[in-house]
Amino acid sequence: MKLTVAHLQRGQRGIIKEFIADKIPLKLLEMGCLPGNLVELVQTAPFRDPMYLNINGSHLAIRKETALLIEIELI
Amino acid sequence: MGKQINVSLIGNPNTGKTSVFNQLTGLNQQVGNYPGITVEKKEGICKLPRGLKAHILDLPGTYSLNASSLDENVVIELLLNKNDKDFPDVAVVVSDVENLKRNLLLFTQIKDLEIPTILVINMADRMERKGISLDIEVLEAKLNTKIALVSARKNTGIEELKEMILNYRQISTEPCLHASIMDPEYFGRLRKAFPNQSLYKLWLVITQDVNFANINRHALDSETGFHTKSNSDLKRLQQKETILRYQFINGLLKEGLKVDLNSATDLRIRFDRILTHRVWGYVIFFMILLLIFQAIYNWSSYPMDFIDSTFVSLSEWTKDMMPEGPFTNLISEGIIPGLGGIVIFIPQIAFLFFFISILEESGYMSRVVFLMDRIMRRFGLSGKSVVPLVSGTACAIPAVMAARNIENWKERLITILVVPFTTCSARLPVYLIIIALVIPDQSFLGFNLQGLTLMLLYLLGFGTAIASAWLLNKILKIKSKSYFVIEMPNYKLPMVKNVAINVVEKTKSFVLGAGKIILAISIILWVLASYGPGDTFNNAEEIVTSEYNEDTSESNLEEEIAAHKLKHSYIGIIGRGIEPAVTPLGYDWKIGIAIVSSFAAREVFVGTLATIYSVGSDEEETIKNRMAAEINPVLGGPLFTFASGISLLLFYAFAMQCMSTLAIVKRETNTWKWPILQLVIMSAFAYVVALIAFQVLK
Repeated sequence: MKLTVAHLQRGQRGIIKEFIADKIPLKLLEMGCLPGNLVELVQTAPFRDPMYLNINGSHLAIRKETALLIEIELI
Repeated sequence: MGKQINVSLIGNPNTGKTSVFNQLTGLNQQVGNYPGITVEKKEGICKLPRGLKAHILDLPGTYSLNASSLDENVVIELLLNKNDKDFPDVAVVVSDVENLKRNLLLFTQIKDLEIPTILVINMADRMERKGISLDIEVLEAKLNTKIALVSARKNTGIEELKEMILNYRQISTEPCLHASIMDPEYFGRLRKAFPNQSLYKLWLVITQDVNFANINRHALDSETGFHTKSNSDLKRLQQKETILRYQFINGLLKEGLKVDLNSATDLRIRFDRILTHRVWGYVIFFMILLLIFQAIYNWSSYPMDFIDSTFVSLSEWTKDMMPEGPFTNLISEGIIPGLGGIVIFIPQIAFLFFFISILEESGYMSRVVFLMDRIMRRFGLSGKSVVPLVSGTACAIPAVMAARNIENWKERLITILVVPFTTCSARLPVYLIIIALVIPDQSFLGFNLQGLTLMLLYLLGFGTAIASAWLLNKILKIKSKSYFVIEMPNYKLPMVKNVAINVVEKTKSFVLGAGKIILAISIILWVLASYGPGDTFNNAEEIVTSEYNEDTSESNLEEEIAAHKLKHSYIGIIGRGIEPAVTPLGYDWKIGIAIVSSFAAREVFVGTLATIYSVGSDEEETIKNRMAAEINPVLGGPLFTFASGISLLLFYAFAMQCMSTLAIVKRETNTWKWPILQLVIMSAFAYVVALIAFQVLK
């Protein structure tokens, strides 16, 4: 199974891997969600959705369905 | 006096752009709309050194020049249209020192349009606390621009910024990143086809779905033999552009920015452990709402009592000072009570806007979006629907507009459709006066009963909005896919100046907007109530006098004459015509008239009753006392009982009585279908609920 942002536990960090460009919304890239960047799960709402992330200093919340699109490597 | 310098203020949301705007212009600003669309347009005048002036346009916040909403389109349309009268001589990009990397993305895009661009690095006062140090010289050199280090909060750096605006001609228009590196071959062909245009501008024309005054993107293909690429290729290039820009910015910041993590303290994470907690987060949110409604109710009662008595004495005073006649009566019985009916609600409306702007300024609103998204989605809404629903408590019009931030069309449409159920400030006057009449002023578990009733009404509004959203989500068959991303900005202490300007502006526009309608309606009503057709009206005195025996005291007789006149005036005739429709709800014809005139705008209700009741009455009484004295024509006893009061409250909670909201919904959805459905369904629902409530409770 591929590891994605949606699989992170609270406080856990990962590095964003190359992703399938067509699926990722441009807006997410513009807000700093780029390959090679560090991502940390800060907080989740009930049912782990949405997820509150710290991506290289950018604090964002995205839905689980979007988080499933971002592949990571744990560190 | 020379020409004004046109300045466009551009920046990401949450960078303090509006604070910079407020510092530059002070109260010298006005809020309007862009022609044809409802995006709010804020502009102001800034005095520069040497007697010059700058016209400052505060453009909507945007993360990049790749527009995904109407608000962002505004920015691009302006920047690509040299003929626009607001086209900037100089662009000022506002960034936040803590999010410089992300903010610079937009800066590099603007810069590549070959417009002189100044970079403002705001919140400079936080640098030390965050362990950030900047090498301005390096940054200026690499970005080919002037940088102003500003703290809008501490009001530092603003004079330097003004100086830079004044000398904007010295700023280089050389791009800092050439678009052609995205795809040299493609941009080479583009350059050949359009030798005199900025390449990045052409690129935006190709990729953005916006209207341009003088460039048609389809014409790009046919006229010149230049062939653009497929949409998915273009999308890939846009992503490549973003990555390239970030690479450039990373390289730049490696030299120009140092962060000492040891001295950095991040309160955000610590606060968010509690404020976005899966239990405490909700508890705190609910407590905040409770506090707001209690405050609105308790704090504003003092200024309201004062305004109430002032208007009563003003009316008396006018009557005494001016010569007797219809004109004096129009002023003292029609206009003054009508206006008093709106002015009295200024304190509450101001408090409401005060709290809403604090929630937004502090950054807390984003946390609410985060907390509520999952729950709202079950009802076909988005977490972002919370902002329209909460600002709907001020007014449905800005709320419907705020729904624009919702990326998904179905979620957005449902939000727009249900927002008018939330308790807007125009309902407040009606609620307050009815609550004061039928709910006892007692304490229950330490809470004021009247305050609790008000809160219940607000919850009822939210509840109905959410229930109907759920229903609409089941009924509407619209497929739309999109994503949800929201920034969680750092917590900030709200700036007094921003909050104050917001409260003043919003309250002013509410009062002026509503005031005009109320003034017009109170004049019409006064005329209709003061004149009537035929002998029954004109000979009121003789008819009433002959009906009564000599025992009746003179004041009683006068009252009877006034009542008779009112009953046979034009308005009385209309009112009694609709009486059969409102009697089952527990109202008399006067309330019927007030309800009908409320379809223009709800806040007219109190003014209407005030005007109807003051006609022919000399006593200095407040509207509330007059209403309390009214007798139910069918059942006898006081007109405003618990049953009829609740029925009226429910009617106002549900009915779609606001022409301006209908007009905005039409503009935002581009069809009359939705506003007409809102009007019919909501009002029919209101009637049925009010009917049931009265029949059950009476």
